[in-house]
Amino acid sequence: MGSPANDIDRLVKREYKEGFVTDIDSETLPPGLDEGVVRAISEKKREPQFMLDWRLNAYRHWLTLTEPQWAHVHHEPIDYQAISYYSAPKDKDGPKSLDEVDPKLLETYEKLGIPLEEQKMLAGVAVDAVFDSVSVKTTFREKLAEVGVIFCSISEALQEHPDLVKQYLGSVVPAGDNFYAALNSAVFSDGSFVYIPKGVRCPMELSTYFRINAMNTGQFERTLIIADEGSYVSYLEGCTAPMRDENQLHAAVVELIAMEGAQIKYSTVQNWYPGDEQGRGGIYNFVTKRGACRGRNSKISWTQVETGSAITWKYPSVLLEGDNSVGEFYSVALTNNWQQADTGTKMVHIGKNTSSTIISKGISAGHGQNAYRGLVKVLNKADNARNYSQCDSLLMGDRCGAHTFPYIEVKNPTAQVEHEATTSKISVDQLFYCRQRGLSEEDAVSMIVNGFCKEVFKELPMEFAVEARKLLEISLEGAVG
Amino acid sequence: MLSIKNLHASVEGTPILKGIDLDVAAGEVHAIMGPNGSGKSTLANVIAGRDGYDVTAGKVVFRGKNLLELPVEERACEGIFLAFQYPVEIPGVSNLYLLKTALNSIRKHRGLNDLSAVEFLKLIKEKIKLVEMKEEFLHRSVNEGFSGGEKKRNEILQLAVLEPSLAILDETDSGLDIDALKVVANGVNSLRDEQRAMIVVTHYQRLLDYIIPDKVHVMANGRIVKSGDKSLALELEKHGYAWIAQDPGAAAAPPAGS
Ligand SMILES: Nc1ncnc2c1ncn2[C@@H]1O[C@H](COP(=O)(O)OP(=O)(O)OP(=O)(O)O)[C@@H](O)[C@H]1O
Ligand SMILES: [Mg+2]
Repeated sequence: MGSPANDIDRLVKREYKEGFVTDIDSETLPPGLDEGVVRAISEKKREPQFMLDWRLNAYRHWLTLTEPQWAHVHHEPIDYQAISYYSAPKDKDGPKSLDEVDPKLLETYEKLGIPLEEQKMLAGVAVDAVFDSVSVKTTFREKLAEVGVIFCSISEALQEHPDLVKQYLGSVVPAGDNFYAALNSAVFSDGSFVYIPKGVRCPMELSTYFRINAMNTGQFERTLIIADEGSYVSYLEGCTAPMRDENQLHAAVVELIAMEGAQIKYSTVQNWYPGDEQGRGGIYNFVTKRGACRGRNSKISWTQVETGSAITWKYPSVLLEGDNSVGEFYSVALTNNWQQADTGTKMVHIGKNTSSTIISKGISAGHGQNAYRGLVKVLNKADNARNYSQCDSLLMGDRCGAHTFPYIEVKNPTAQVEHEATTSKISVDQLFYCRQRGLSEEDAVSMIVNGFCKEVFKELPMEFAVEARKLLEISLEGAVG
Repeated sequence: MLSIKNLHASVEGTPILKGIDLDVAAGEVHAIMGPNGSGKSTLANVIAGRDGYDVTAGKVVFRGKNLLELPVEERACEGIFLAFQYPVEIPGVSNLYLLKTALNSIRKHRGLNDLSAVEFLKLIKEKIKLVEMKEEFLHRSVNEGFSGGEKKRNEILQLAVLEPSLAILDETDSGLDIDALKVVANGVNSLRDEQRAMIVVTHYQRLLDYIIPDKVHVMANGRIVKSGDKSLALELEKHGYAWIAQDPGAAAAPPAGS
């Protein structure tokens, strides 16, 4: 047996000879990471030279970095040489029908009211056996193309709009930003690209499409959204149902750019596999999400509902560069069983009259550990910056934990920064009250928890909010008593 | 409808209820009076099934069922409603939503379908008139930021919507101004009928001017020390509770701990 590096070399050469397109169906790189792997990925995707150079830079930088240790999470060390960094979509590997899918998973889909066709897709049943997703895509595309919105995979964007990608990729999250972002920059497999032209209000929420599109983006996902002057887009990421997924580590990067007067609303419902009741398995979700309010009067809102993953490490942030720009962060993070979440945001006030709002709701149950970590930074030129932060934690039971780490750095005396934090337990009085009115204990808990999250849920698009509510219910099953 | 026999209950080992006997028939309204700390709320809570009370002896039978075996929500679904002395706030949960969920849970228990949104709204609009509450209260979080009186009215609204067979009102009159008292009393009176019984816990005769009880009981130190008709409340008003203690009937009760 040769060393992993040799295997890759062989593979790269073989592919080069035999061509990429023909055996795309069954292709997976063997585990391991070196420059050869980075080159192989770029080559497979037939990327322009600038992209390869960018990836290689990121990779070389990554080698100099170490994993961050400051997060309030614990896990076994990750062996980066044990991961396979490229796996082409392989429909054949999935279950042939729903009969082969874990009944527990199906039960959850049922409770969420997910249509059968979609269930199949989520469970990884071969896509071509489901329905013609191509035609669905096309309908959306045509409608979007009419107004000039570009919405495609980042691989496609690299082929069709390389200049846009080149101009903006890494302009918010530089390739060497942090350990996981650097890793992502070197090896990202795919993701989404959105461009909204000047003055255009995107005619639909970019969601259903994404659901389909997101199936095979893999563990190193890359998303880039550009809202040009005066435009608006609402983007929904993720899926409320747990997804069949064998990858342990997810290190995604999302970059948002809002030009003058533009608005981006980015909503996430994350429900990756959290591991079982004993804490075995589950996804490590280490994500870098950042938006730049480049122009005056621009606005970026992040809304997230995080109920999945064994470990979540995620700080959707906003760089408030333009004067009068607005950043918002609304978050619900739930940890049950042995889940750990260290999540929050960074609001960096750079321009004048910039304002930011942070509403964070952490719910811990079982042995779950939930940390809010947030930074509000006001730079010296940011006159009249305002921030309001509210971090509420709800504890269920006495084996879980909630932690709040607010960091405030103010370099301009005109800034107004307000921070409020509360920690509460689901009160026995509330439970008794609801049950006395006829609600079961589980319904009472879910009602109280939903009430606790209301300020965040009301930021979610309607149908997403309904699903998020149900999801919370399911995630909390067995959390009382 | 409700039959309580020799009920003893304690909290963390301290006996609080020391042998309660009480029979309430359908259609009756019973008033329970008695000094602070005599165990009135404890009795209400034990009937409703609140955690933290150990029933050490006695029986509670409600419409033929052994109540003490049932979890809180089942007692509620069977038709027991407790209007709280201190109604609880539930931030972020609208009054309307709680009412709807509660009503549908109870309907489900009775084998009925959920009410549609339209039917429910119709019902609620009717009931809210009964307690003279503004509709905006329906959309506010349960009891959050409500004044003391508004909270009590809200309890009566829930009572009116859920239509229980036994309603226990724990000091619903305290903290009410005279107009609100009338509103609450009217609400309660409009719900009086042959099928429904009520236990009204109060310190004040004035409530009983509006809600005329069939029977009045006086509790002291975990027991019912005197029972009578509505005139008993008037006597209490005149003489205070000390008068009961001197009453030979009351004195017959054995002292605690014997
Ligand atoms: N959870 C508890 N822990 C300790 N003592 C309790 C508890 N609940 C009730 N008690 C005690 O039991 C006694 C009866 O209380 P209860 O609330 O039933 O009185 P009450 O008759 O309703 O009084 P009030 O008229 O003031 O409402 C009091 O002495 C009270 O301190
Ligand atoms: Mg009381």
